[in-house]
Amino acid sequence: MDFSDYRVGEPVADTKAPDGPVADRWDRRRFEAKLVNPANRRKHTVIVVGTGLAGGSAGATLAEQGYHVVQFCFQDSPRRAHSIAAQGGINAAKNYRNDGDSVHRLFYDTVKGGDFRARESNVHRLAEVSVQIIDQCVAQGVPFAREYGGLLDTRSFGGVQVSRTFYARGQTGQQLLLGAYQALSRQIDAGNVELHARTEMLDLIVVDGRARGIVARDLVSGEISVHLGDAVVLATGGYGNVFYLSTNAKGSNATAIWRAHRKGAYFANPCFTQIHPTCIPRSGEHQSKLTLMSESLRNDGRIWVPKAAGDTRAPADIPEDERDYYLERIYPAFGNLVPRDIASRAAKNVCDEGRGVGPGGQGVYLDFADAIARMGRAAVEEKYGNLFEMYERITAEDPYSRPMRIYPAVHYTMGGLWVDYDLQTTVPGLFAIGEANFSDHGANRLGASALMQGLADGYFVLPATINDYLARGPHDPVPAAHPAVQDAVSGVEERLGRLLAVGGDRTPDSFHRELGELMWDECGMARTESGLRKALERIPALRDEFWRRVKVPGTGEEFNQSLEKANRVADFLELAELMCLDALHRAESCGGHFREESQTPDGEALRDDERFSYAAAWEFTAAGAAPVLHKEELVFEYVHPTQRSYA
Amino acid sequence: MGKKAVMAGTGVVMLLFLVVHMLGNLKIFFGPENFNAYAAWLRTIGEPVLHESWYLWIQRTGLLACVVLHGVAAYQLSRRDLAARPAKYVHKQSRASYATRTMRWGGVIVGLFIVWHILDLTTLTVNPRGQAGHPYENVVADFRVWWVDVVYIVAILALGLHIRHGFWSAAQTLGAVNKRRDRALKTTATVLAAVLTAGFLVVPVAVMSGLVD
Amino acid sequence: MNLTLRIWRQHSPEDKGAMVTYRVEDISPDMSFLEMLDVLNEELILSGEEPVAFDHDCREGICGACGVVINGQAHGPERTTACQLHMRSFKDGDTIDVEPWRAAAFPVVRDLVVDRSAFDRVIQAGGYVSVPTGSAPEAHATAVPKESADYAFEHAECIGCGACVAACPNGSAMLFTSAKINHLNVLPQGAPERETRVLNMVAAMDGQGFGGCTNTGECATACPKGIPLPSIAAMNREYLRALRKR
Repeated sequence: MDFSDYRVGEPVADTKAPDGPVADRWDRRRFEAKLVNPANRRKHTVIVVGTGLAGGSAGATLAEQGYHVVQFCFQDSPRRAHSIAAQGGINAAKNYRNDGDSVHRLFYDTVKGGDFRARESNVHRLAEVSVQIIDQCVAQGVPFAREYGGLLDTRSFGGVQVSRTFYARGQTGQQLLLGAYQALSRQIDAGNVELHARTEMLDLIVVDGRARGIVARDLVSGEISVHLGDAVVLATGGYGNVFYLSTNAKGSNATAIWRAHRKGAYFANPCFTQIHPTCIPRSGEHQSKLTLMSESLRNDGRIWVPKAAGDTRAPADIPEDERDYYLERIYPAFGNLVPRDIASRAAKNVCDEGRGVGPGGQGVYLDFADAIARMGRAAVEEKYGNLFEMYERITAEDPYSRPMRIYPAVHYTMGGLWVDYDLQTTVPGLFAIGEANFSDHGANRLGASALMQGLADGYFVLPATINDYLARGPHDPVPAAHPAVQDAVSGVEERLGRLLAVGGDRTPDSFHRELGELMWDECGMARTESGLRKALERIPALRDEFWRRVKVPGTGEEFNQSLEKANRVADFLELAELMCLDALHRAESCGGHFREESQTPDGEALRDDERFSYAAAWEFTAAGAAPVLHKEELVFEYVHPTQRSYA
Repeated sequence: MGKKAVMAGTGVVMLLFLVVHMLGNLKIFFGPENFNAYAAWLRTIGEPVLHESWYLWIQRTGLLACVVLHGVAAYQLSRRDLAARPAKYVHKQSRASYATRTMRWGGVIVGLFIVWHILDLTTLTVNPRGQAGHPYENVVADFRVWWVDVVYIVAILALGLHIRHGFWSAAQTLGAVNKRRDRALKTTATVLAAVLTAGFLVVPVAVMSGLVD
Repeated sequence: MNLTLRIWRQHSPEDKGAMVTYRVEDISPDMSFLEMLDVLNEELILSGEEPVAFDHDCREGICGACGVVINGQAHGPERTTACQLHMRSFKDGDTIDVEPWRAAAFPVVRDLVVDRSAFDRVIQAGGYVSVPTGSAPEAHATAVPKESADYAFEHAECIGCGACVAACPNGSAMLFTSAKINHLNVLPQGAPERETRVLNMVAAMDGQGFGGCTNTGECATACPKGIPLPSIAAMNREYLRALRKR
């Protein structure tokens, strides 16, 4: 049976979501959730995979509550999780500016920003918790930007009308992550968290239908080990690296969530990817990753391309009347400040017309000449100096005298493991938090909301909801000799052995690159039925080729980065197929998912709420075999769906 | 880090002594009577509360303690520092200043010099003239010997370098450095080192050139 | 451009290790140093050799994972991380020496990869504010002078890459440790643990086998984030203050 001949199964229901007024639901759920007696918590082991904002904060908080936490990261230190690279800021409905912000407004903005593909209950909870996050982080010593009076500074971000984004220069993610890392370090020192760094989860252990542990590989010695507990929390981030080139860290991967998916966890909305409009374009074939430039640059920079296709003159030699400031032309009301997805698509369109600039024609100009003329160079330097410096370091071009070149790049994945209100996946005992789940951003994430969600899940939501699961035991100890454990271990060993045994003639990276190009072309900024079908045809063939031709040197019993890489690429090759299928089945445009067949006459994304007002949760059947689609209908009681318009 | 504080503290005490010592040395330009009288007076400090030479012995004991503590701490810290970097880089490139890189050997040279200096001009054991109570004549006799000049000059240059890095280093260890004061302290270190080096070197130079006879 | 690389190869911690010479051709000046190593590794894999192991992750200069000594300098000739060093900093025909961080506290794992977990243990000894989740007061309850907040931030920028230790002739972690102490000790939130923090972190630092500071300043010169040398003096001040108060 063909992969795309999926079956529609029973709808998936969020049984934990309380009803009643949206503002009371989180309180109610916390009250209704069972608690674990403090004296008994020590007896419960919770496995946490990942140490980013979500994992780090969850590990620290669960340990503070008295649980025994066993935590993993593939990096050499928990401080290096990719949350560290987030630049912009973190939203919170503090209303310190007295500018009309409120929990309800943050809730509203987030549901709308997500293009009505997120759950109202979850988003409201996120907005409520946002204020506590700031309190917590300040108390930890996170050095947020402050004003001269000593109070916290905020800025507005991503086109919202209130100033609710807290920040620490351009390194907010770093500072928040270090806060979580330090809280986690305190618990490690106290003996409450057992940390395994340079250890990668390679499979989930499910015993009698419940998640009971993981199989992990020590990346230094290659030793395969089994870790058992009462619940497993995946905080392993997003899967943007399926595109090979993205703003994600090189090590970011989908293996943990994909293995969980294969063991029964539904994967929701895999096609929802966010493409960030202001990244530094690739400079050549060697490019290994893309670097984001804060989108605040669009506040003062003007975006343009030459009017004529194939114009290779230097930007300074192109006269004003031969330039096309296309965003200002198409969207006169919002101009260069249109939302991320619109700016990204417009850049792709002009490049497709052959009007792109720079190597390969994959770039548009972001010009500060007018800003410098208007504000003076000093003011521009004051505002964007560090970004200009970063740009110059990477490109060796001076953005003060020559317009920057930018191009969109994959940045964030809104899809992920399906979770209920308690952040529990469809596998009992398996929880997913942060970018690894699909929960709060719908089809598009607003700027400065990823940090908010990661910390909300880790500090406040999961620690309140996991009790309920743990309290509803019993969680009888699982013997290491249990067949489910042994199967998982032998599955991992067999797979690694296969990778090492192929002995082909292509490197893991070459497959990853090829997959990435295919995904970018067919499942990137604009998707079509024919393109997606083409990708769905090509991916299995590429996967097959991978297993015949990949070359992994060395052995499994040593530090072997090629083996790590190959193993991750193997999972990307499966996940990519599901992403394309999800994109194909969702014959509407919404947020980060743009189907060319579904647009308004003036080229805007056209949602189809009649047919697609649901989260698509996919159930794994077998490798390469058609999955089963379970729909979760979305109900909007408070924020009523409207069509976005920025013209 | 306690040992670092010991190094810094003893270093500062010895530095103060050196300033006074240098100023005393310069009295040689006022002639033998003046210089010898100054030397004799040193034995009477603290009288009549203290017995003759008691102060001198207290100071000698204190300075000896400083030297020993400074040296022992340096030895122990150096051992630890060397152990902390067992493997060297194949590609060698050092950017630290000469003064910084010569602290250890410079310190050893100064230490050896102190021993010889005491044997020479305090106990007079190795002094070519060795007449007690006549320090002026002993000094002049010393610096008429070319190799004594060489030893002395090398030691003083090492001392200057040692102070140049040591003074600022002590300030850093004792927490006196901050961003605003950093430059001022570095300048002070350089000036102090230069003045002390010049002040000590001027004596042998004067003897060699016949200015002091 | 064409380059000759001399890279430290060491199969395991027990292995003796040696510099091995490789040639890479057609290197673009726009490549980052790590992308140049990627090119070498792709060639090594295809020719049946084992690729050079090196740590890296974000490749945008913030995670602190990468770090090698290039021509005797931690992170190479520019004041940035190895991932943000571009090949235009070198000339066609250059010979480049690439070595791992060298310090007793950072044992070599393989090739250019070292074990920096000693840094984590220093932080675990006190590099935090003890504030369990949920117990925090309202964020605006305590105003923090902007000057203190900026000072804290300047030190909180440390990415824990280990270049300071690698550059120090004594393998000292004073700059790393001082950065965290100064970040937290200047803030009112960090004040209750001010003394125990510095005493415990310094003890942990010494216990991990790092050397002492001889004020060579190599650490601050190598630091890609510009943590200043007076940071160490400030830590010394905190330390002596804590000793007096104890």
